[in-house]
Amino acid sequence: MEQTLKTRGETAQIFHHLVRDPLGLVGLAIVSIILLSALFADQIVPYDPVALNIPDRLQGPSLTHLLGTDQLGRDTFSRMLMGGRVALQVALPTIAGAMSLGLLLGMIAGYGPRWLDNLILLFFDTIRSFPTVMFALAVVALVGPSLNTVILVIMATSIPTYGRVVRTLTLSLKSAEFITAEKALGATNSRILGVHILPNVLGPMAVIAAMDIPTIVGLEAGLSFLGMGVKPPTPSWGSLLNDGYSLIRNTPWPIIAGGLPLIITTLGFTFLGEALRDVVDPKLRGRGGKK
Amino acid sequence: MLAYTIKRLGLSVVITILAITLLFLIIHMIPGDPVSTMLGPKASPELRAALEEKMGLNQPLPVQIGLFFVNMLRGDLGVDVFTNRPVSQIVFGQLPYTLALIGTAIGWSAPLGIALGCVSAVRRDSFIDRLTGILSVSVIAVPAFVVSLYSLLFFAVQLKWFPAIGAGKSGDLPDQIWHLVLPAFAIGLSWVGYIARLVRASMLEILGENHIRTARAFGLPENWITFRYALRLAILPTITVIGVGMGFLLSAAVFTEIVFSRPGLGKLVIDSITTRNYPVVMGSVLFSTLIFVASTTISDLINALADPRIRNST
Repeated sequence: MEQTLKTRGETAQIFHHLVRDPLGLVGLAIVSIILLSALFADQIVPYDPVALNIPDRLQGPSLTHLLGTDQLGRDTFSRMLMGGRVALQVALPTIAGAMSLGLLLGMIAGYGPRWLDNLILLFFDTIRSFPTVMFALAVVALVGPSLNTVILVIMATSIPTYGRVVRTLTLSLKSAEFITAEKALGATNSRILGVHILPNVLGPMAVIAAMDIPTIVGLEAGLSFLGMGVKPPTPSWGSLLNDGYSLIRNTPWPIIAGGLPLIITTLGFTFLGEALRDVVDPKLRGRGGKK
Repeated sequence: MLAYTIKRLGLSVVITILAITLLFLIIHMIPGDPVSTMLGPKASPELRAALEEKMGLNQPLPVQIGLFFVNMLRGDLGVDVFTNRPVSQIVFGQLPYTLALIGTAIGWSAPLGIALGCVSAVRRDSFIDRLTGILSVSVIAVPAFVVSLYSLLFFAVQLKWFPAIGAGKSGDLPDQIWHLVLPAFAIGLSWVGYIARLVRASMLEILGENHIRTARAFGLPENWITFRYALRLAILPTITVIGVGMGFLLSAAVFTEIVFSRPGLGKLVIDSITTRNYPVVMGSVLFSTLIFVASTTISDLINALADPRIRNST
């Protein structure tokens, strides 16, 4: 195994492989569009997503309102674009937090003494035994709906996904020949972990993160749909679906507008993750998707 | 096998105890306490004290946790704040609906997924394999509640093929099954793709192994090899995945129950949150945790029963 996976040349190589794979190319394109539209949402929205316009309420799609309007005359297309922001606002910190903690705990478990390994594994198994949504609902019931609560709960329940993989990788790397050589040369533990093990773990982590983002975006939308996430009038894909649900007999468009970006996001990140996995590490096959 | 069973069950008990303790601690650490949640901020101190005593919240934390376990073993999860009915009774009343939903969802999606995966592996790179591959990836990660909402919109509201609300009249089995179709479809859809991919991958691995080659060399018919030897082993990961996926199934059930206004554990939790009925929320969360731990344990035990390597490895 190479000492470091993410040298400059190899990053370019990974990108090259990714673009040659049709699935990866489509995934990369979708993900870029989602990121860009979320980033520049306030510049590209045709209407103020929270502005009321009662006379024009409950319209179907037209050239003025691409996806129609809701019960308060708000432009559904603009709300959909802004909703992408909320989705990423939740997904990115959640992934970053879960990944950092998973990396830390996973490397300690894989590299440290046996008893610590067992203890951390037990901790992972315990956390995993909470069904995420039920757990989130219990916490929200106490502290009230907020995006920060959603982020914290999903982060906490995602740690084991990352931690377990990091642990397995660290365990197998620990006995690799180049690590033994490093040890013989007198390298400290922190050097081995930081310089040799960490870079080799990052590739697979990126794959899991790409596969995990749709799950998190879906959870946020789900909790916001239940009224446990964003507060009105902030548009999120979940609150769009919630509005659409209560209007289901009047107009189909808010539901279609809330669900479509969720499906597209999911497909984009899944395609990207699959292609990335084939490039980074074929051994990870079958790890993605459901936890 | 006995040693493995005891060990695995012991681990599950430890995990359950830890999970409940952790749940308790987290609930105590986060701001907002059950009493103000239930009574609202304007409650008089006397009223607060009375409810705190009734719920045992005036005791020190370790005593509270201990009491909770003792009561739980007796089947006592507290009482509903409004009706004074035991929480366990309420939860048990809703549980069958959720289990029927999850069971039906897995009941149609697992066999279909296994069949598709098996055909894909045997006819590798054929048209049906590619089609299954693309469809699997497409349906796997689409959130179940989006499928629920879309199928409610198209099949119930627009086309009116299926009922939109409820679980059907009690005692009227055909009506209940009729009401199960869309929710079970919504929850199961992503599992078809997931299981198909899983079975395909493990079938391909097993079909390349030595004992299959030996079977071929003995001239056994190909169908016999596929179904009696390969598929039997290839199904094993599916069992694990369903066991571990119970958390996902429960989460999906929460959303689907809300979307289709079906009774069940999910609807119970949401309704109790809106009415600030805290003991019922805790009871439902506890129950879903127990179901989840039980299902992972059972799937591990089935795997160990089918594969001696697992039970002898520890």
